[in-house]
Amino acid sequence: VSRTVKHLGASECARRLGSSGGLRLRAAPFVLAVRSRVPAVQAAVHRVYADYPLVDDDAFVDFEVEVQWQRHGLRPWRQLAVFRLDGEEPFNPLPADQAFPLLEWGINWCVYSMCHQYLIVHAAVLERGGRAVLLPAPSGSGKSTLCAALAFSGWRLLSDELALIDPASGQVVPHPRPISLKNASIDVIRTHAPSAKLGSMVADTKKGVVAHFSPPDGSVDDQRPAHPAWVVVPRYVAGASACRLDLERAQGFMTLVENSFNYDVLGARGFEIIAAVVDHCDCFEFEYSSPTEAVAFFNSLSVTGTDK
Amino acid sequence: VSHPAKLRDLLTPTLVAARPPGGLTGREWSLLVRQARAAGLLGRVAELADTDWPPAAQAHAAAARAVTQAQVREIHREVGHLRSALSTLGAPVVLLKGAAYSMLDLPSARGRVFSDIDLLVPRSALSRAESLLSMAGWMTTSHNDYDQRYYRQWAHELPPMEHVHRRTTIDVHHNLLPQTARTKPEAERLFEHLVPVPGHAGVFTLGPADMVLHSMTHLFINDDTSHALRDLSDIDLLLRHFAREDGFWRLLLARAVDLQLTRPCHYALRYTAEVLGTPVPPMVLSAAARYGPPSPVGTVMRWVWKRVLSPPSSTPSHRGGSLARWLLLIRAHWLRMPPGLLFRHLVIKALRLHLRGKGRSAELQTTVREG
Repeated sequence: VSRTVKHLGASECARRLGSSGGLRLRAAPFVLAVRSRVPAVQAAVHRVYADYPLVDDDAFVDFEVEVQWQRHGLRPWRQLAVFRLDGEEPFNPLPADQAFPLLEWGINWCVYSMCHQYLIVHAAVLERGGRAVLLPAPSGSGKSTLCAALAFSGWRLLSDELALIDPASGQVVPHPRPISLKNASIDVIRTHAPSAKLGSMVADTKKGVVAHFSPPDGSVDDQRPAHPAWVVVPRYVAGASACRLDLERAQGFMTLVENSFNYDVLGARGFEIIAAVVDHCDCFEFEYSSPTEAVAFFNSLSVTGTDK
Repeated sequence: VSHPAKLRDLLTPTLVAARPPGGLTGREWSLLVRQARAAGLLGRVAELADTDWPPAAQAHAAAARAVTQAQVREIHREVGHLRSALSTLGAPVVLLKGAAYSMLDLPSARGRVFSDIDLLVPRSALSRAESLLSMAGWMTTSHNDYDQRYYRQWAHELPPMEHVHRRTTIDVHHNLLPQTARTKPEAERLFEHLVPVPGHAGVFTLGPADMVLHSMTHLFINDDTSHALRDLSDIDLLLRHFAREDGFWRLLLARAVDLQLTRPCHYALRYTAEVLGTPVPPMVLSAAARYGPPSPVGTVMRWVWKRVLSPPSSTPSHRGGSLARWLLLIRAHWLRMPPGLLFRHLVIKALRLHLRGKGRSAELQTTVREG
């Protein structure tokens, strides 16, 4: 059994985060070296990444990232949080208390802007019984809420934001990372899954309140890829009962294209990959308001098999 | 205190030998990928044979190749659009830098990443080119009076133009250096040795010697030296390629004199040979040496270039790097503008930077795709 971040203890974890080599962990399929001297980030990393395996000092590191505090250039009494990759700052700094969300957004950026060995879709991915559901949707659609509800009800989390599709096999490669929820959905999930571990919560971001939950037990170190079987466009509608609206395959195809980060980079190959994925999937829209009802719907889906 | 492995420059030896050093540890492989990425050279390193690389490094190489392949498709498509947009210009349309390398399939195109397409047209055709391009959908990106005036009165190019649907950016030049520069080519002379681009009537590139001199000028009279090693690698690959043509070296030195670009030519020959082992004949090096600066300046410049031309990284090996970059920024402005104008320009820039920050926000946004 490999050692994980929680085996380090909070102070050793903080020491490594503050050291020049950083805390080196595997967030499959990548190895990250994370540096931060910000106490709130050190504490959040120790909680949220508790189950992530540590890697040797001599291992290949895909991304060396850091989040630090920095004084505002012209208003030095203001603290800001900056994200760096290899010493470069790809984004504008954010207010100091948003340091941990900034780290998460920064790592996402590393993946979706550079890892073109995969076709990457802005989608949550969960698996049950060997088959995966892709939930492609822009922010605000209820995708993360549905993803969290399923992940804390026995579905395996492959990713809550970034579906990495392997061009050779058409399978989704798991990249489980902390689940990010916003505003009202935070309490919805805490009610639905009281055991979910809340690792970080920050108010007043541009998106409102942002919380990060640890991935459920068993998701972090399961590196088996999964074949997509469903493309589901979720839509949270207050008061609605769970409802499925079938989509044509072509509509499913276009939904994946529209939510893809690098369809244009992969060119004709991107077209072929998405076509192959959609060929093996049921595509539908899904309206819901109750996570319990939604989970029941998806559970019945996973036992009945594809009905087309 | 930093880990010793961090101090090693793995990128330059990889470029010189056209293969990564043997026996690298996992950590050193990731250092090489990082140095290449920061230098804008990951695409070029990814073009090397990678069959014996560790899988993690191969994955980064595959990702970088996807980007450069996408760029080759894009440049061919855009040149087709440009040709039809400018078919009635009645003057040659000359592709510069990355676009030229790519359309002629030169070694310097391999794995090269660039963000915009650079064009050169005769000054007399400039405003006509601008209106033809805007009719085809390329709109000016600058909506600020000072910027417009800066470009039109002092610069050697129009403000960047972006296509409303495809989001590609083109820079239309009428010379290689600003109108205010201390020495610059006479623009008409740049059209003396044009080479047609196969399959695109009316579209050209500069002749070999002029193309190399432009690449040299771009690096050695530039205010942005963040990709200096990549630019040096371009020059290295161009020189190795064209050196196979008879009389190339003599032509290069003669054109450097014709175009008043002897100083950047001297620096480029010296440092490609020193840093990347470019086989520049000794006679050519010593002939170009007479175009170098007087010795006290030469010593300072040597210290500066050596730092700027090592791979960018935040490690202690790079100490002095930021001072070197700052000196080059000052020098580039000094060479490009008379002092009074420079002072005015810097004051206005500083004030505007103060008034509004610019940059990107970190929140995840799916990009809107059009066309």
